[in-house]
Amino acid sequence: MISMNKVSKHYGAFQVLTDCTTHVNKGEVVVVCGPSGSGKSTLIKCVNGLEPFQGGQITVNGVSVGDPKTNLSKLRAQVGMVFQNFELFPHMTIIENLTVAQIKVLGRDQHEAEAKGMQLLDRVGLKVQALKYPGQLSGGQQQRVAIARALAMDPICMLFDEPTSALDPEMINEVLDVMTELAQEGMTMMCVTHEMGFAKRVAHRVIFMDVGHIVEDDSKEAFFANPRSERAQQFLAKILHH
Amino acid sequence: MGYHWNWGVFLQPSATGDDTYLGWMLYGFKMTIGLSLSAWIMALILGAVIGVLRTVPNKVLSGFAMGYVELFRNIPLLVQLFLWYFVLPELLPPSLGNAFKQSNPIVQQFLASMLCLGLFTSARVAEQVRSGINSLPPGQKNASLAIGFTLSQTYRYVMLPMAFRLVVPPLTSEFLNIFKNSAVCSTIGLLELAAQGRQLVDYTAQPYESFIAVTVAYMLINVVVMFGMRWVEAHVRVPGYIGGK
Amino acid sequence: MYEFDWSSIPGALPYMAQGMKISLEITVTAVLVGIVWGTVLAMMRLSSITPLSWFAAAYVNFFRAIPLVMVLLWFFLIIPHLLETLFGFPRGSDMRLGSAIAGFSLFEAAYYSEIIRAGIQSVPKGQMAASNALGMSYGQSMRLVVLPQAFRNMVPLLLTQGIILFQDTSLVYVSALADFFGAAYKVGDRDGRLVEMLLFAGAVYFVICFAFSQLVRYYQKKLKTA
Ligand SMILES: Nc1ncnc2c1ncn2[C@@H]1O[C@H](COP(=O)(O)OP(=O)(O)O)[C@@H](O)[C@H]1O
Ligand SMILES: [Mg+2]
Repeated sequence: MISMNKVSKHYGAFQVLTDCTTHVNKGEVVVVCGPSGSGKSTLIKCVNGLEPFQGGQITVNGVSVGDPKTNLSKLRAQVGMVFQNFELFPHMTIIENLTVAQIKVLGRDQHEAEAKGMQLLDRVGLKVQALKYPGQLSGGQQQRVAIARALAMDPICMLFDEPTSALDPEMINEVLDVMTELAQEGMTMMCVTHEMGFAKRVAHRVIFMDVGHIVEDDSKEAFFANPRSERAQQFLAKILHH
Repeated sequence: MGYHWNWGVFLQPSATGDDTYLGWMLYGFKMTIGLSLSAWIMALILGAVIGVLRTVPNKVLSGFAMGYVELFRNIPLLVQLFLWYFVLPELLPPSLGNAFKQSNPIVQQFLASMLCLGLFTSARVAEQVRSGINSLPPGQKNASLAIGFTLSQTYRYVMLPMAFRLVVPPLTSEFLNIFKNSAVCSTIGLLELAAQGRQLVDYTAQPYESFIAVTVAYMLINVVVMFGMRWVEAHVRVPGYIGGK
Repeated sequence: MYEFDWSSIPGALPYMAQGMKISLEITVTAVLVGIVWGTVLAMMRLSSITPLSWFAAAYVNFFRAIPLVMVLLWFFLIIPHLLETLFGFPRGSDMRLGSAIAGFSLFEAAYYSEIIRAGIQSVPKGQMAASNALGMSYGQSMRLVVLPQAFRNMVPLLLTQGIILFQDTSLVYVSALADFFGAAYKVGDRDGRLVEMLLFAGAVYFVICFAFSQLVRYYQKKLKTA
């Protein structure tokens, strides 16, 4: 589904990603972790072309992301993305947040879009909030709406960039539950997260990054049982003992 | 002191005989309002376009917009007014320039004033629009693109609607400025409020009454605009949204 | 097509330089007086003594509500008249430069005071509390701790306001005082070369203001990274 081959990126002289290679199969859930600044967000943003990259290739469902002829908007409409800070559109109601792209990008009619939106809101348990504005919801609720917004586009895969990092601890689980359910339904997912409990329960594979390199790319069992690199061992030790 | 206050002066027939001095003042008041409002509409439209251009990735477009803003910001308003009024008609193709010079002087003064105030203010509006757009959380643009919007859809559905809400409070002061700046247009003979006040000083022996009346009229405009904009602000506010800057 | 003739300019340069001196004189004096008086107004506005804070609010709102042209006309036409009748100044004495400086100073102080007030309020409240905790008086805390921090952040805004003021000095045209713009206009009018002189004046203002505003921007960047 997602395939990266020797992807490299730099800002001026500063190398952010170096020769990153990995593949995510259909239905697979891959967790990406690593210290802050190691390039996780950049890597995941390269997948839907939000960040341009200078070297290597990325294909999503057979479409090359780096190819200038690729219609990136069309590709992004098929790839759902969830951000650390939710990024709901503050001037639209919750239901408008879920319908605007369905209508303007996919060309669905208003009724169809709203029906779809309400069904997804119901699914994340927020149907009664449909007419509120994002600023009137808690962080956990906003993030569930953001997931529903991405799902409303019927994505072929989902990208998550630290979806729970901006949340108060008591709200983390409501978001992880939605993600877990999604994974169990067979959604292809790439998740940047430090929630190792989630990784252990849900992930098929874990990628560990450090200073722009993919240092480990292994099955979850192998990764947790016996991380090969010293950096990953230190990282796990720090995170798990919190 | 030996000054004779006489507020009745406004009801006296004016020097030209066909009106009272109060009528002169009202004429000036209407001129100030009409000029400021028409220039304001021009400034809003141009300012929005230029402000957006300043934020687009295309270097040529954003460079053009930056030059525009710098040009109108770094030349005094009075000089700009004289350039539009005295210089532009000379530099136009003769047919156009002569048509302008032969038109009704009031039309000439009004057009030059409107063009001047509109362009001058548009540069300042553009700066506010730009800073409104730039103060949006950067993630908003990414989120809009990630959902499949094109860049122009991103501007149209997400960034501009939010930026315009953020920009309402700072635009209030630009709106107030345009009324105040319109007084500069008295220098080319446009008979707006300040000019009429000055005429009254010349024609009547009552300078204080005349100047006090004009000053109060400007304060009145100020208060009305402030309340109007507060109303607008309340009506565009997004529930639950705080900050932005 | 219009035939340009720039030959009036070289001969008129000394006269225009004289004018520029007047423009700068007004600008510099009004900036200095405006900042001092503006600081006083800002502190009055923020003080807990109600009459002071009301006076400052009324002063600032009054000057911000009326056009600069009106203020200048007051100072050119009405105030000299008042001084003549009140203090028996000789009739028709030329007070235009003094009037201009006074008018600009009082007017700009209103704008400066708003900048300074925002600057003072941008210093975290804890700073005042900490100074008080060290035993400093209100005045000492203000002078030694709050104002230095506030001014550091305000310098770019104060300078930008100075550029605006410099541009606005051209409005002394309403009193026929020969500042830089007035001088250029008079030369153009005399020689029938208004087009060239106005373009020249516009270009000079642009170069000065643009260069100065770039300096301010550079300083602002340095302030941010420092
Ligand atoms: N626009 C940018 N310009 C320069 N450097 C950047 C930019 N964006 C990110 N970086 C740098 O790239 C590195 C990787 O960033 P990021 O992908 O956000 O890391 P992570 O998500 O793993 O914390 C960081 O060192 C960051 O400072
Ligand atoms: Mg990150």
